[in-house]
Amino acid sequence: MEGSLRSSDTPPKGGRESRDSVVIRFAGDSGDGMQLTGSQFALSSAIVGNDLSTFPDFPAEIRAPAGSTFGVSAFQVHFSAQNILTPGDEPEVLVAMNPAALKTNLADLDPGGMIVIDRDSFSDKNLRKARYEENPLEDQSLEGYRVLALDMSRLTQAAVKPFGLSQKESLRCKNMWALGLMMWMYDRDRKPTIDWLREKFANRSEIAEANVAALNAGHAFGETAELPNLGYGYSVPRAEIAPGEYRAVTGSETLAWGLAVGAQLADLKLVFASYPITPASNILHILAGLKAQGVVTFQAEDEIAAVCAAIGASYAGSIGVTSSAGPGVALKTEAIGLAVVAELPLVVVNSQRSGPSTGMPTKAEQSDLFQAVHGRNADTPLVVLAAHSPANCFETAIESIRLATKYMTPVMLLTDGYLANASEPWLIPNIEKLNTFPVEFHTNPDGFHPFMRDNETLARAWAIPGTPGLEHRIGGLEKDYATSNISYDPANHQRMTEVRAEKISGIANEIPLQEVAYGPKQGPLAVVGWGSTFGAIEEAVHAAAEEGLEVAHIHINYLNPMPKNMGGLLAGYKDILVPEMNSGQLVKLLRSAYLLPAEGLNKVTGQPFKVKEILIAIRTKLGNCK
Amino acid sequence: MTVTTKIENLKPTDFASDQEVRWCPGCGDYAILKAVQRTLSEEGAQRENTVFVSGIGCSSRLPYYMSTYGFHTIHGRAPAFATGIKLTNPSLDVWVITGDGDGLSIGGNHLMHALRRNVNFQILLFNNETYGLTKGQYSPTSRPGTRSPSSPSGSIDFPFMPCVLALGAGANFVARGVDTAVKDLTETFKRARAFPGTAFVEIFQNCIVYNDKVFANFTDRDVSLDLQVVATHGMPLMFGAEKNRGLRFDPTRVQIEVVVIGENGVTKDDILVHDETNRTLAALLAAMEPPNHPMAIGVLYSNQVDTYESQVYGQIAAARNGGADLNDVIRRGHTWRVEG
Repeated sequence: MEGSLRSSDTPPKGGRESRDSVVIRFAGDSGDGMQLTGSQFALSSAIVGNDLSTFPDFPAEIRAPAGSTFGVSAFQVHFSAQNILTPGDEPEVLVAMNPAALKTNLADLDPGGMIVIDRDSFSDKNLRKARYEENPLEDQSLEGYRVLALDMSRLTQAAVKPFGLSQKESLRCKNMWALGLMMWMYDRDRKPTIDWLREKFANRSEIAEANVAALNAGHAFGETAELPNLGYGYSVPRAEIAPGEYRAVTGSETLAWGLAVGAQLADLKLVFASYPITPASNILHILAGLKAQGVVTFQAEDEIAAVCAAIGASYAGSIGVTSSAGPGVALKTEAIGLAVVAELPLVVVNSQRSGPSTGMPTKAEQSDLFQAVHGRNADTPLVVLAAHSPANCFETAIESIRLATKYMTPVMLLTDGYLANASEPWLIPNIEKLNTFPVEFHTNPDGFHPFMRDNETLARAWAIPGTPGLEHRIGGLEKDYATSNISYDPANHQRMTEVRAEKISGIANEIPLQEVAYGPKQGPLAVVGWGSTFGAIEEAVHAAAEEGLEVAHIHINYLNPMPKNMGGLLAGYKDILVPEMNSGQLVKLLRSAYLLPAEGLNKVTGQPFKVKEILIAIRTKLGNCK
Repeated sequence: MTVTTKIENLKPTDFASDQEVRWCPGCGDYAILKAVQRTLSEEGAQRENTVFVSGIGCSSRLPYYMSTYGFHTIHGRAPAFATGIKLTNPSLDVWVITGDGDGLSIGGNHLMHALRRNVNFQILLFNNETYGLTKGQYSPTSRPGTRSPSSPSGSIDFPFMPCVLALGAGANFVARGVDTAVKDLTETFKRARAFPGTAFVEIFQNCIVYNDKVFANFTDRDVSLDLQVVATHGMPLMFGAEKNRGLRFDPTRVQIEVVVIGENGVTKDDILVHDETNRTLAALLAAMEPPNHPMAIGVLYSNQVDTYESQVYGQIAAARNGGADLNDVIRRGHTWRVEG
């Protein structure tokens, strides 16, 4: 390639077919670099000005046996000239780097969709490993699809030959060849990827340059091959997007940054104590990299030590935060109970995953809502918030710290494996413009006892060690309402139990009223969700509305306490449909709190809802079976 | 001319809270509480900068009886809470109060990891070889054959030796004391408090109700001199009512033997001199048991290395040099601008 690398400057542009919205899935072996390929394609789409959403889907095994179906790693990118909220139901292009990737992903492909295949990888050995009896390239099984079987491995090896790599290293570049071809097909700029490669392999320039050569070769192939199934490529015009500075973010990034920013807004040190667990570990990694910003991270010996260290940190005047997935949160339960009764601020992040027990660690689920709301011994109320998109993780993390410190309470922040790993463009906020909520520690000894309360919030005084005259003892034993000394008085325990509950339920008075995300404020049907199903529900409700159906979308971020208008709002709909990635948890909370005839739509496959699945349920509910 | 104003140290009673002490009359915990209050008084400690953190059990009630800051937490986890406290405010003087059940059974993991990390706090482990608060079941330090409500035929577990475990976990300060020896205990607590790192002190504590006289075999007045050796850095390891017994290293069997000066040609020069910086010697001393050996009391091991929290804040200080603010952090990497 000479001259400019921008493909839009190259001749076939006139022949490009314009598309509104495209979904591509890159699939290959876990060692094939599909996550990197997909995220680079996503980044190039963001830079072109498309709206986008991605879905990485990878196995728990770090390096499953090459060629096996359970070792297939995939990355789906949805990019569009419209606003989009989901990674798309069915890909229309599947890039399959080996037979196993084809086998495990073909069923999801749009009928008539395009399959781009590395023909060289369809050896007898790989076909056997994928448990194909016949070579699907030679029988009729791919009929109806537009198949582009290319000599990807050989073409890659030829392209990288000048750089003197081993055969193994050469073949590792074939993901970049495939990416180059896709970038040509959808008219994407290669420069950011080239810059990224040169930075990533700064110490091994031959690897960097070989990958760049493979990328360029894939691109050149598209331009010159004139294959019947390839045509002249497509273009996806830019979307209407609010002006400003953007970046691609995953939920792990925004959540970690939100915690750091929340601590800064509270004028507190962040002490983040955690134990590695999928899919939550990235939050620890990101915060461990923020030493220059004063963040203290502590990798504890276990989940229990992590939450206890976080509580100790809050006791001493930091905001203590711990993070895990469901099994780890289960281990933290007793300590969370102590934080409730000692009335200390604490944020517990739960990146939910499929369960029970170890379950499917890399797959998402929303099945820890009951655990968050009820999952402790005794009457142990706390605040439960849920984030609904990668961008929303940032705001929800800040809100967690605000509520934890204002009300001296643990806050459970629910996210999931999908939000943790999915990425979307994010309008980068200016932190200096965010509202601060600085904490003022109690320092006045007059009439002090540790469980003296603010009349309005019922929050107790936060007096930290090091403050003269306020020395006091707290712990898990019940304490007297008036003196904070240990008390076994029956009436006092009743009163303390009630005041702990009132403190939490009273938060409903200050949190925002529940809004309707889309649709009428009353009517025949509301689809009510929480967490990462936001995008799928929103798109389904939009699609239903376009079909003329009268349906609203309500998405709950404050799960405990719920906004005070919730009961009245929901009562305005004849039917309530609650899609959840569990066997029906929010639906039961709504029924028991508001005595509503809510019905569940439940999915526990480890995969996010498809828009279509929710749309069909809406049609059925409204008796319109189009 | 420099004028220094002498600030009066607080008295031991100034460190007592207004709460009635509710241990059983005659419990060894009273003497330990007294030694703790004396230590703080004699070291000129300030109440507001002192924090007692405990788990669950009889010993873990101690924070309620102190006029300092105190946090009575959950079973076995006190070292983890204390770590969080020190990570927030390294200048606080933090004491972890635990027992043989709390620290070695349910909380064994946290104890081990605190010791290897070397967070700067003191761990006082009250060892009474029984679960007192749950009414006398055998504990991880109970000797084999201990009859208790949960081991009516005698316990069959082999016990931990807390100081051996601590050394094995990488502790940098390991000491032992006896509840009734308040004066010696106070001196040991002072050493522990002064040590920059995790200071582990095992205290033989008599449970008068469920395990009375369990340590009498080496703490009773008539045997204590012959069956305890007080380890003092730089001093020969001598003991005995006659002050003529000593510890000698037997290189062929790689162990410590008890010798008597004047017998079999043994002279004072044969006696081991205590070197508290020698981990191997500390391990040999910690493993000694009556009746064949005396119980080693005092500071068995003390070796200064960097504390955990000083390294945490060292890394933060190094990173802060020229570090960006959070507004820059969230703009790192690829960003793009969408024009209006």
